Amino acid sequence: MSALEIPLDTKISFRNVRKTFTVRDSEFVALDDVSLDVGDGEFVTIVGPSGCGKSTLLTIAAGLTESTTGSAYVDGKPVQGPDPDRGVIFQQYALFPWLTVRKNVEFGPSLKRVPRARRRQIAQHFIDLVGLTDFADALPKMLSGGMKQRAALARAYAADPKVLLMDEPFGAIDALTRVRLQEQLLETWGNDRRTVLFITHDVDEAVFLANRVVVMASRPGRIRDVVEIDLPYPRTADTRLTPEFVALRERVWRGVYDQ
Amino acid sequence: MSTETVALGTRRGRAGKSDRRGRRFFIGTAWTVASFAIGVILWQVVAALGVEGIPGPLTVLRRGIEMIQSGLLIGDLLASLGRVVAGFVIGIAVAVPAGFLVGWYPVVRKLTEPWIQFLRTIPPLAMIPLVIVIAGIGEAPKVWIIFLAAFLSSVIATIQGVTSVDSVLINAARVLGASNMTIFLRVVVPASTPFILVGMRIGLGASWATLVAAELVAAQQGLGYRMQQAQIYYDLPTIFVSLITIGILGYAMDRLLLSLEHKLVGWQDGGRK
Repeated sequence: MSALEIPLDTKISFRNVRKTFTVRDSEFVALDDVSLDVGDGEFVTIVGPSGCGKSTLLTIAAGLTESTTGSAYVDGKPVQGPDPDRGVIFQQYALFPWLTVRKNVEFGPSLKRVPRARRRQIAQHFIDLVGLTDFADALPKMLSGGMKQRAALARAYAADPKVLLMDEPFGAIDALTRVRLQEQLLETWGNDRRTVLFITHDVDEAVFLANRVVVMASRPGRIRDVVEIDLPYPRTADTRLTPEFVALRERVWRGVYDQ
Repeated sequence: MSTETVALGTRRGRAGKSDRRGRRFFIGTAWTVASFAIGVILWQVVAALGVEGIPGPLTVLRRGIEMIQSGLLIGDLLASLGRVVAGFVIGIAVAVPAGFLVGWYPVVRKLTEPWIQFLRTIPPLAMIPLVIVIAGIGEAPKVWIIFLAAFLSSVIATIQGVTSVDSVLINAARVLGASNMTIFLRVVVPASTPFILVGMRIGLGASWATLVAAELVAAQQGLGYRMQQAQIYYDLPTIFVSLITIGILGYAMDRLLLSLEHKLVGWQDGGRK
């Protein structure tokens, strides 16, 4: 299918993406004919039960996995391998354990041959932004899970990507810290309006963050429902208590669990 | 958490830690001294009971001093140490690049893996006759045997290090725009360093283990050679002095590698530290 059919203000597109794995001679369909458009500046969350292929979809957009048929497009161009324009946040943080937070954050700029002084400046800016100023020279092993993920965010921001692909980034973080990280993430997004595609299995998180929630179903992995979240930003702890939020959460919840 | 409390907390934490560390070091040393003293006393008791031919600690100490004064011990020590260091250093210098090559390129790995698996089952000592025929009876065959011992354990550790690099770290570098060469130099090399250092320590142990046998090959000097000579004359004190010297040297070199390990891979999470 041609890229011309992608609407103009679209940042990320999936067109008839199919992904199959062969496990012991039997074919397993991880994704079956998935098409989706994410608008420029939009915050889209994908929620679904485990095994629905939501992480596979993200790694296809990241260029870390190849689709069997169909393609992912970013800015209308088909994805071919990873690119620093697409920042990825992994659930396992994926910080380089032998580098300090600062050196981790400088990794992206150093690949682009940014001069040392400028690199330092960029790193400091994003370390401050995620609130790790006092831990800039700490090794990852000294950080808590939440701090590690904030460091990973700073590293992704420092490479100045056009889109952020986040693969269950807060999945391994305790509930209270997770809520704080969600609010911080929304605050940053509110300032720069960088397109975000965010994978989660947490319905509450999916509704709280997104403009749109994509509900996926498993066996085979496919899109089951797309729910517009027309709650105003900035969203706070009170947002979660509004009847609108509760109603939307229930709708998404049914989509995920009545399968 | 305010900046102030963090800073204060760190400072207090650091002072407390160094106090505690000092005390722990003292207690640790006390235990080591006690353990050593008990060992020497037991040794003395066994020797005094007249167990067949076992010399007491004092006899061994006296022989040790004699051997130091005559220059015999230093000569043997340098000869042996030279062989171990030469074999070990060459072994590591070849094993690490070779291990990276095999671990990083699947084609090279598939071609060489069966050979490595096969060769590792042959004890380096079994190579002695072959090495004598090929390399003669000078220094070369001894260094060769120790080289083989150090090489095999280090090359396997390096391969394992490269192949077990967490793929999520490689992906993290790829999405930031790293080329294959950059991934190799800035992710694979540091990530496999802990494995390489463990391989080096095993290789060092293997080097010492093969030393004595390597010195059976027409040596004129060396701790292993000295023990062989002493065996002929039923000279147990000399054997004891040589054994203890080998133990101390091996221990010192292992500690050296261990401190290198702490310095290079202190970033590792958890562990025994």
